[in-house]
Amino acid sequence: MSRDLEKYLRPEITSTPFCPGCGHGIVMNLILRAIDELKLDMDEILFVSGIGCAAWIPSPHFNADTLHTLHGRAIAFATGAKLYNPKLNVVVISGDGDLVSIGGNHLIHAARRDIDLSVICANNMIYGMTGGQVASTSPLGSLTSTTIDGNIHRPFDLCKLLLAAGARYVARYSVTQPLSLLKAIRKSLTMKGFTFLEVLSPCPTQFGRRNSNDTPADMMKSLMEDCISIEDSENLTKEELEGKIVTGEFSDERS
Amino acid sequence: MGYKEIKSVLSPGTYYFSGNEALTEGAIAAGCRYYAGYPITPSSEIMERISCRFKEVQGVFIQMEDEIASICSVIGAVWAGAKAMTATSGPGFSLMQEGIGYAAFTETPLVIVDIQRAGPGTGQATRVGSGDLMQAKWGSHGDYQVIALSPWSVQEMYDKTIDAFNLAERYRVPVFIMGEEAIGHLRENISVKEKAMIFNRIKKRGGSPFDAKDEDGVPPMPSFGEGEKLLVTGSTHDGFGIRKTDDPLVHSRLVKRINNKILNNREEIIETESYYIDDAEIIIISYGFTARASLFAVNHFREEGKKVGLLRLKTIWPFADKVINEIGSSAKKIFIPEMNMGQISGEIRKYAACEIISYNQTDGEVIHPDKIISEVKRFL
Repeated sequence: MSRDLEKYLRPEITSTPFCPGCGHGIVMNLILRAIDELKLDMDEILFVSGIGCAAWIPSPHFNADTLHTLHGRAIAFATGAKLYNPKLNVVVISGDGDLVSIGGNHLIHAARRDIDLSVICANNMIYGMTGGQVASTSPLGSLTSTTIDGNIHRPFDLCKLLLAAGARYVARYSVTQPLSLLKAIRKSLTMKGFTFLEVLSPCPTQFGRRNSNDTPADMMKSLMEDCISIEDSENLTKEELEGKIVTGEFSDERS
Repeated sequence: MGYKEIKSVLSPGTYYFSGNEALTEGAIAAGCRYYAGYPITPSSEIMERISCRFKEVQGVFIQMEDEIASICSVIGAVWAGAKAMTATSGPGFSLMQEGIGYAAFTETPLVIVDIQRAGPGTGQATRVGSGDLMQAKWGSHGDYQVIALSPWSVQEMYDKTIDAFNLAERYRVPVFIMGEEAIGHLRENISVKEKAMIFNRIKKRGGSPFDAKDEDGVPPMPSFGEGEKLLVTGSTHDGFGIRKTDDPLVHSRLVKRINNKILNNREEIIETESYYIDDAEIIIISYGFTARASLFAVNHFREEGKKVGLLRLKTIWPFADKVINEIGSSAKKIFIPEMNMGQISGEIRKYAACEIISYNQTDGEVIHPDKIISEVKRFL
């Protein structure tokens, strides 16, 4: 965390709970950086999160109203708060297991209804807090504590899912692309309507060590190698795209 | 803040309403301006009427994707400052249980209406039952208290809904209206008075929203957007909402307080009504729609000079243990007719020392007065 952003943290917070090498600290830093650059008033923002590691990005750290909810239901809680008090800038920050696996129905319905929420999904492709079980975002073949022979089910492409559900702004970046990610966070915090930003955030503790990335640095390196831009992806064949993660803005319908 | 007499939203007068319609008007009178729900028989008329009436009173209505989303969005709206409600029936009530535990633990005032149908499972969706009373008490995991009311008339569907919002705000607790299909769909005249007593939540700037040192045990409740930098969490938390998930003292204090704030105030919360019990040898204890048939039976016996009385439970939870304990020592026998397998008679057996006879009917039909009369005659 940059020292100049510490003013956005609760005074009693002295450390974060994230494991060494976790990407969530970068996500936290960039969200606060975007708030700082946009000069947003923290007293007008409500941060809503569900259950899991990423849900701890705002709660209890951010010095604003925070609503730490039930597993999977952050968007339903956020919907109620936003509809009753439209003056609140409601930002949902949670993980892939929370927002998509258990909470997927709320996610697609909020996108369909175009509820004015900024949803930031920190995707670590695994259930980190509960011990590394397979998620609906775990790549095919990946090793987890519940797929010891490799994951046999295909993962969701979250951005395609949210595009189909009607989200106004859909983007994906990795924490290894901080400048593009910062720009995307700024957009999602200021755009009207439902926005969805997927942030690839590595989990060395639960995912990396099981999948041939022995150190956090190895995980970061492999993310940098795997992430390619939408433009670059357009010149690749289906086979060449195998294992690649396409990043960029998939939809930008400004209202 | 606190109790205040305010003008009723409906013009004073007589209205011919179904129970579900009257309940909706009671909610609006109490200040409910957020409603989220999901269609389910036999409660759907509440949501349909809300969807029209909220346009007239500037309320916020949304039909959610399921009952889980409904209860969760209600909680979100309450913390954003709303008085809020959802209505459902058995299967939806089951889905809401995790949210109910969250609301109890975060001390979120809200009202949930359960127009009970014949369960378990999908059961008989259009038929009557009263089988959700123990679920209302114990449905979510862990130890917590709620308040559950049992209206017996269309008038009470209006009045008790106002009471439900007042109790929710007064004690910062989920309050249930345990209606039954028969009362939801019954049509009767009701009277709307010019004014109603309404409780608005207590606020205190900078106060601890999750701790109260006094005997009452109910903390003030701020809303989002007031600059209080609120921390709301369903994890164990201290007075300011900071998670304390491995502190034994914080957990036990919090669990005890959210239980005691209801139990210590139960004399103020619990309402019962009695008919001919002073000299009664046999007392029928009844609630909800069944209490109407029970009163008919009691009147019949009194005309015959038989010493039969009625105790009606208007509040189901917290339980009227004190009055039932007294009745258990004054009466010879207690008779309890229920549209379930004896959920409340089991509770009564804990507190009443006399002989107890249960009559349980779970056929999707209301209990007929003649049935109560013939059952009581067996041991009269």
